[in-house]
Amino acid sequence: MNRRLMRRLASNVMVGLMVVAVVLAVLPLFFILLDLLVKGASSLSWDFFTKMPVPAGETGGGVANAIVGTLIIVGTASLIGIPVGVGAGIYCAEYPHGRLTWLSRFVADVLNGTPSIVVGVFAWTWIVARQKHFSALAGSVALALLMVPMVMRTTEEMIKLVPNSLREAALALGYPRWRTSLSVIVRTTLPGIVTGTLLAVARIAGETAPLLFTALGSQYLSFKINQPMAALPLTVFTYATGPYEEWHRFAWAAALVLILVVLLLGVGARLAIGRSAVVND
Amino acid sequence: MTTAPPAAPPQPAIGRARIPLSLQSRAYGDRAFKLVLTCAAALIPILLGFLVYELWTGSRLAMTKFGLGFVTTSVWDPVAEQFGAFPLIFGTLLSSLIALAIAVPLSLGVAIYLTEFAPRVLRQPVASVIGLLAAIPSVVYGLWGIFVLVPVLRKTAFPFLRDTLGFLPLFQGPIYGPSMLAAGIILAIMVMPYVMSVSREVLLAVPNSQREAALALGATRWEAVVTAVLPYARSGIVGAVILGLGRALGETMAVTMLIGNRHEIAASLFAPGYTMAAAIANEFSEAATDLHFSALTYVAFVLFVVTVVVNAGARLLIWRVARGSSAGSKAL
Repeated sequence: MNRRLMRRLASNVMVGLMVVAVVLAVLPLFFILLDLLVKGASSLSWDFFTKMPVPAGETGGGVANAIVGTLIIVGTASLIGIPVGVGAGIYCAEYPHGRLTWLSRFVADVLNGTPSIVVGVFAWTWIVARQKHFSALAGSVALALLMVPMVMRTTEEMIKLVPNSLREAALALGYPRWRTSLSVIVRTTLPGIVTGTLLAVARIAGETAPLLFTALGSQYLSFKINQPMAALPLTVFTYATGPYEEWHRFAWAAALVLILVVLLLGVGARLAIGRSAVVND
Repeated sequence: MTTAPPAAPPQPAIGRARIPLSLQSRAYGDRAFKLVLTCAAALIPILLGFLVYELWTGSRLAMTKFGLGFVTTSVWDPVAEQFGAFPLIFGTLLSSLIALAIAVPLSLGVAIYLTEFAPRVLRQPVASVIGLLAAIPSVVYGLWGIFVLVPVLRKTAFPFLRDTLGFLPLFQGPIYGPSMLAAGIILAIMVMPYVMSVSREVLLAVPNSQREAALALGATRWEAVVTAVLPYARSGIVGAVILGLGRALGETMAVTMLIGNRHEIAASLFAPGYTMAAAIANEFSEAATDLHFSALTYVAFVLFVVTVVVNAGARLLIWRVARGSSAGSKAL
C-alpha cells in the first residue's frame, strides 16, 4: 500500500514539474511581448512612421525609410520566391515519383536547415562582390531563397490533401491536365497555399542576417533596388547596438512595429486557413 | 488555346492528320505546363549547387593558405592576415550545447504534458502560444536580450550561480553582461518551440495501444509514459533534439548581440566568446583584404557543411520513427 502511494506521489510530482516547465516556456513570450509594448509603444508617433532618421545625437525623426525599404525588399523577395516555390510545389505533387521531385524535396530540406547568414554570404559573393557595391536586390534574392522551401512544402502538402476523385472527375469531364491542376486542384487548395505563403513572408520579414552585407542599410529614403537600402530589422540591430539613449528608444519602437507586422501576417494566415476549412467541409 | 510555347516540338503527324485541333492544343498546353513547373522545380537544386560552388570558390584563397589547419588553430588577426577558426567553432558548439541543456528538458516536459496529461481544452492553445516564440524575429530576441535579459542575469542570476556553483571552473571569474551563458540562454528560448513541436508530433504518433497496455498492467500514468511511450518515441525525440541543434548552430543575430564577440576560448561561461555566424555577421561588411573575406567565406562553408550534416541526421532519425510507427500500425 505504501509503495503504491509512493508511485502515485512520484507520478504527481512529475506532472507538477511538467506544469512548471509549461510556465517557464510561456514566460519568455509573455515578457518579450510585454516589454515590447511598454518600451516601444511610447515612442510610436506619426513622426516615427513618416520622418527620416536624424543625425546621431539629435532627437526626433523617424524610420520611414526603413519601413519603405522593408516593403520593397520583402515585396521583391516574394515576387521571386512565391512563383518558384508554388511551381516547384505543384510539380512535386503532380509528379510524385520523379527523380527531380525527390531531388527538389531533398534540396528544399537542406535549404530549410541552412543558416540565413550562409545564404547572405552566398548573395554577397554572387551579386555584391561581382558588381562591387551593396544592393537591396541581393538581399531580396537571399530572402527569396529562404522562402522557397517553405512555400514549396506547404503547396505540396496542401495539394496532396485533395482527394483523387476530384482530379478524376475533372479529367473525365475532358479537362486537360494543366487546367485540372490550375482551376480545380490549385483553386481548391488556394486558401492553404495563401496561408503557407503568408507565413513564409512573415518569416523572412524579420530576417536580419542576410541583409547585413547585401542591403546594408541606409540613412536615406531610396527606391533603387540595386542600391543600399534601409530595412526595419537592420534598424533594430543598428539602433540596439548603438550608444545613444534615443537610438535605443527607436530600436524598441521599430521592433514593436516589426513584431506587429509579423503577427498580423500570421493572423492573416490563420484567417485564410479558416476559410479553407469551410471549403473542405 | 494559345499557350503553345515556341520551344515545344511540333506534333508528329504520321497517320494522324485528323486529330481534332482541341486535342492537339491540349497536348501543347500540358507540355507548356509541365515545362514551366519543371523549370521551377529544377531551379531549386541548381541554386543550391550554385550556392555550394560560390562558397567553395569564395573560400579557395583561405583554403589553399590555411588548409584544414584553419579549423584547429586559434589566432584570428586580420592585420597580420592570420586566420584560425577554432575559437569560433568552439563557441558555436558550446553556446548550442548550453541552449540544448536548458531547452531539451523544458520542451520535453511541455511536449509530454501536452500529449499525455493536460486537459484537452488546453492542449492546442498552449502549443500555439509556445509556437509563437518561433515567429519572433531573431533581432528582437537580441534587443530584448541586451536591455532586459542581460541586466537581470548580471545583477542576480550570475552572482547567484557564482556563489553556489563557483567551485566549478565554469562559473568562476569576472562577470560581464554579454557572455557565452547569456547567448546560450537566449538560444534556449529560441530553440525550444522547435524541439517542443517536433517531439509533440512524435509523441502524438505513438499508438494508444502502447499506453493502454502499460496502464492495464497497473502502471501509473507517469510510469506508462516512461516505460511505454518514451521508448517507442525515442529516436524521434533524438531527431527533434538534433533539429534544435541545427537551429542553434546557425542562429546569428541574437547571439551576435549577446555573446560579447571575442575571439577567445575561456573556461568560464561568464566570459565573452564568439560563434561562426556572429563572426560573419560582424566582420563581413568591415573586411578589408581578400584573405579576410575568403576566411569568412570559409567559415560560412564550414557552418553550412556542419548544419547540413546535423539536419540530415535529424531527418533520418525522425523518418525512421515515422516508418517504424506505420510498420507498427500495420502489424497490429
